[in-house]
Amino acid sequence: MEKVISGNYAVSYGAKLARAQVIAAYPITPQTSIIEKLAAFCADGEMDAVFIKVESEHSAMAASIGASATGARAFTATSGQGLLLMHEMLHWAAGGRYPIVMGAVNRGIAPGWSVWTEQSDTLAQRDTGWLQYYCESNQEVIDTTLQAFKVAETVMLPAMVILDAFVLSHTSEVVDIPDQESVDEYLPPFRPKWKLDVDDPHAFNPLVAPTEFYELRYKIQQAMQEAVEVVRQADKEYGEKFGRSWGLVESYCMEGAKVALVTSSTITSTARDVIDAMRGEGIPIGLVKVRLFRPFPVRDIAQALQGVKKVAVLDRNMTFGQCGVFGEEIKSALYSTPLRPPLFDFVLGLGGRDVTPATIREVAQYTLDHDAPTEDIIWIGVKR
Amino acid sequence: MSEQPLLGHRPNYVLPERELLYPGHVACPGCGASLSMRYALKALGDQTMVIIPACCWSIIAGPFPYSSLKTPIYHTAFETTGAVASGVSAALKVLGKKDITVMGWAGDGGTFDIGIQALSGAVERNEDFIYVCYDNEAYMNTGIQRSSATPRLAWTTTTPIAHPKDEPKKDIVAIMAAHRIPYAATATISYPEDLIRKFQKAKSIRGAKFIHLLAPCPPGWRAEASDTIRLTRLAVQSKIFPLYEVERGMQYNITVWPEPEIPIREYMRLQGRFRHLKEGQIQMVQEEVDESWAKLVEKAKGK
Repeated sequence: MEKVISGNYAVSYGAKLARAQVIAAYPITPQTSIIEKLAAFCADGEMDAVFIKVESEHSAMAASIGASATGARAFTATSGQGLLLMHEMLHWAAGGRYPIVMGAVNRGIAPGWSVWTEQSDTLAQRDTGWLQYYCESNQEVIDTTLQAFKVAETVMLPAMVILDAFVLSHTSEVVDIPDQESVDEYLPPFRPKWKLDVDDPHAFNPLVAPTEFYELRYKIQQAMQEAVEVVRQADKEYGEKFGRSWGLVESYCMEGAKVALVTSSTITSTARDVIDAMRGEGIPIGLVKVRLFRPFPVRDIAQALQGVKKVAVLDRNMTFGQCGVFGEEIKSALYSTPLRPPLFDFVLGLGGRDVTPATIREVAQYTLDHDAPTEDIIWIGVKR
Repeated sequence: MSEQPLLGHRPNYVLPERELLYPGHVACPGCGASLSMRYALKALGDQTMVIIPACCWSIIAGPFPYSSLKTPIYHTAFETTGAVASGVSAALKVLGKKDITVMGWAGDGGTFDIGIQALSGAVERNEDFIYVCYDNEAYMNTGIQRSSATPRLAWTTTTPIAHPKDEPKKDIVAIMAAHRIPYAATATISYPEDLIRKFQKAKSIRGAKFIHLLAPCPPGWRAEASDTIRLTRLAVQSKIFPLYEVERGMQYNITVWPEPEIPIREYMRLQGRFRHLKEGQIQMVQEEVDESWAKLVEKAKGK
């Protein structure tokens, strides 16, 4: 069924179709309408779920963990400051191997206050053991939410479905909402091997000595590595069932491209237009969109960028003292490949500053005009 | 006071026989917290799930792959007992599993201090579980640092004798009562009949329940391990830890009347943490105890 809905509602419909059983969430701009919609679904009886209206995001994650540990499919959503408050429990969710799915709306981190989009909040959680998907459109958001549950419950790691504040969260598009029956076939009920059970009592997460702790971490990394192919498979199956696949990374106009822009999230859509225009002018430029950030699909990215002479990474995020996070990760991915093209890292659009076609033109032109970057970070339009 | 019911001294009372605490746990000798768990689980039975945040009990329960309980245990982060128990309770509800008791089991640090937000949230939402605070009156697991449950003038490593704790102990049951919690109670191990009755009552009530247990810590209180039971009895008799319950945040009921009534000095003199107190300071504590007790009796009369 096609419906005109916001990115946030696409998350809500995804959680509903996934038959999330426990939702624990706390309001925060620009995430709030995700949980408002879910609260309405629960109140109307459209969802058979318990909605815990917790008193903080820390408790949202803790309650989701408790629910998942007891064998219920758990969902939450947050943004910016709320995600940072959850940080301790994000480790707990991954370390305890709970396949919680979370809608995470990217928001700039205070101070000063920002409610607009920036990826630094979710990227600051990259080491917590959560899968991370960055979405470009509302359709991708709902499809990814469903895929995320399937992948998470296969590898027993939690997953974030990430979307830009306002540009996606509050912008409405036509979305094809899958039917419940097909979703039920795609995503069977959650049946964890281990859970809190009075008939089979175990102690979960006790003190672990150095003789075992190392192995627990090894297993998380193993699950992450396996997740790359599980994500691919879940996306393929989704495509077979619903006619849409999104890939781990997507190459756009990369045929014969000498320069590649690397983007994620909604900047990608703007960049597609710029690429179309420049290709029309005969400039050999293409685009690689990174959808899956954790696990980082190193081989897919390296392969997508093979043969290009220069790479320009557009980072709407910052790791202070280094560069943009995608830039850093892609450099790392390319290090082990025979070709190591010059990589230009552009940090732009922070705190929701508009990234327009003109901005992306400037990025592309700078990359075309230089053999190699003159700075570790290239700031676009910064008022120095 | 002899006309008052002495529920703490019922003759021929037999404890439930079933043990759900294994022998061989790793509590210190004389640990009030381990005996508290033993009685609590005797009262609740094996259809119980226990949520334990960082506290002495995260050690007592045993390291991986051991467990000192015959019930499931969920070890969680320090400040999350109220929230995790809410999630467990919600999952049991949605999965249609009735008649399972969820018990949060936290120390005073995890309850009075770092966990009070999650506790307050859970109680305000009237989540269906029993939250137990076993109160040993300081951060004992990290080595005796003051918490907001530490009594006034007590020594701890962060309130040294040169400057013992200035502030009175937080009144956690009053805080719970202010939430209009369906059931809140105090209990302690020297009155096991009273303790078990309160746990069983809590189990029978839907919604949020809070039980505050006084649990001596011999190393932290600088007391003899053999005095643990004596200390909890003296705490009740001296009225520094009265045994009572509150229903719906309104109806107070004193369940064990102090018998005999004793001065606070007799409770304090067995504990090294109070050894530095001067006569005037002990008198000051006595006055505070008397005042609090008088207010409690007033509330109980008003029922």
